[in-house]
Amino acid sequence: MSDNVLEIRNLAVEFKTDTGISKALRDVSFDVPRGKVTAVVGESGSGKSVTANCIMRIIQPPGKIISGEIMFSPIRTDPYDIVSLVNKDPRLVDLRGDLISMVFQEPMTALSPVYTVGNQVAEAILCHRDVTEREAWNEAADMLMQVGIDDVPRRIHQYPFEFSGGMRQRVVIAMALVCHPEILICDEPTTALDVTVQAEILTLIRDLQRELNNSVLFITHDLGVVAQLADQVVVMYQGRVLEIGTVRQVLKDPVHPYSQGLLASIPGLASKGQRLETIASVVGDADLLTSYPLTRLKDGRQVSLAPDLLREFEDE
Amino acid sequence: MRGYVIKRLIGMVPTLMLISVIVFVVIQLPPGDIVTSTLDRLQAQGVEISAEQVQNLRAQYKLDKPMVLQYLYWIGNFVTGDMGYSYLYSRPVNELVWERLGYTLLISISALLFTWAIAVPAGMFSAVRQYSVGDYVLTTVMLVGLATPSFLLALLAMYAGYEWFGISIGGLFSPEYRDAPWSLARVGDFLSHLWIPMIVVGLGGTASTMRILRANLLDELNKPYVVTARAKGVPPIKLLIKYPLRIAINPFISTIGLLLPVLISGEAIVSIVLNLPTTGPALIQAIVNQDMYLAGSFLMLLAILTVVGMLLSDLLLAWADPRIRYE
Repeated sequence: MSDNVLEIRNLAVEFKTDTGISKALRDVSFDVPRGKVTAVVGESGSGKSVTANCIMRIIQPPGKIISGEIMFSPIRTDPYDIVSLVNKDPRLVDLRGDLISMVFQEPMTALSPVYTVGNQVAEAILCHRDVTEREAWNEAADMLMQVGIDDVPRRIHQYPFEFSGGMRQRVVIAMALVCHPEILICDEPTTALDVTVQAEILTLIRDLQRELNNSVLFITHDLGVVAQLADQVVVMYQGRVLEIGTVRQVLKDPVHPYSQGLLASIPGLASKGQRLETIASVVGDADLLTSYPLTRLKDGRQVSLAPDLLREFEDE
Repeated sequence: MRGYVIKRLIGMVPTLMLISVIVFVVIQLPPGDIVTSTLDRLQAQGVEISAEQVQNLRAQYKLDKPMVLQYLYWIGNFVTGDMGYSYLYSRPVNELVWERLGYTLLISISALLFTWAIAVPAGMFSAVRQYSVGDYVLTTVMLVGLATPSFLLALLAMYAGYEWFGISIGGLFSPEYRDAPWSLARVGDFLSHLWIPMIVVGLGGTASTMRILRANLLDELNKPYVVTARAKGVPPIKLLIKYPLRIAINPFISTIGLLLPVLISGEAIVSIVLNLPTTGPALIQAIVNQDMYLAGSFLMLLAILTVVGMLLSDLLLAWADPRIRYE
């Protein structure tokens, strides 16, 4: 069995709009190692969420996967390419919610307002397991308890609008984990929450990952979160991967100019009172508009750099 | 909840009292009354009536009393369930109303079911396949349906029914069954006549229902909770019905109550064209002929059904949408 639960290769996605074709993903390749937390960072529109939606195969028209493959190697079944599955393939049903599940950005709207929390969590089980309604509800209750909901017997019959934002996100996480998926994709799960609640949710995700030992793909633009959670970091920009490395490599010693700019733009105590760095100077560089293949450096990280810049590192 | 319903029911009383006064006054507003219109008719036929007979008629109908007393007499009986006597049909109003209301109810409900059976699947298809060929075809057909006056459709349907299916034109019964007692054969005859009014009345609302459902669904289809459910592995058809459709039909639930008053007043023209024994044409006849008790009773029933319908709508909506229930 492969060490990587996901191997994404040359993934390209386009959105056909009235004003022309928008290339959301140009050539995305990276691996998601099994049992680890992989963070995908990048600014808005860099293609982080589109990549996640491709893995779940929930890209909606006018979006379309043009080319590439996503090799999925689950423990429970034989490996297969997610991109090549036709819409009627039964493996697609197992994939969504059972083998891979997703936590979204907006806990306030990610749950339907007209069904109870228990109904929506239990539904995830009923979609994939041959169990009775009662068994599903019992499992749902256990999972809700595990994500830290108090007074579950009462709360399970309540509606989402009776929960606070942080509690709702716990419910969404319970819903995502209740089938024990091999990969949990978190698409900016803390962006819409208060700072204190953010910390709680992050701790919860990290603890549950250690407990369940699943693989996590964590999408964020918050480098502080990356430092706290991730094992591996993928830096994306304009639908391309610019740098892949361990947390230490990318956050301590970024190679790509864009990664360097991204890091410099974090407000810190040392720079208090000073103007923040912008990435604007980097964005204009020809480096970022032309695509270079990812090259593996001696320290193991991969980077997409212009040949002259690359030579510098290889000569070291 | 029970307290809320009781509060609403009590609140209806002053509303209905006010409406009853307005209804009574409005009916009395035009010059003349049932006696003068009867006199006109009789005189046109050459029948002479003495002033004394006119006085007797007036006294018999209590038309010689002051208006306030007439009102009290009418409303007092109405409250006890006696809606008075129709001079026009020479029958008690109660009999007339219940008989016609039964047929009206049957036609309206079957038409409503027909509307929903067509409009809901069509609206769902149009929303899910937005801007597809099917969407445009459905939209065009529906707009033609919307632009066709229902009385014209009624005429066309009658022609088609007679020409191709050999169904007698108009009415809810073939001539041989019109006054026959109820039997299986009569029920069958009734059902074979029911489909024309059902389609004609139903099609009128289909286009707008479909368009509204399509718009509502399009608003909901890309909401995060739908994406969450899809990512959870809910199969597509179940997903569509359980999540976006469930929210998209709320506006319809809130208008179900408004259908109650339409039962009485609606589709009068179609009913006249199709010669249906429903309440619509009777209401128009009563008002034209100043048949005071019949018109007044119809209008009062209309008012009662409106306020009851609104309450029903609110209760249904609260039942369907927990956000409203918990406010």
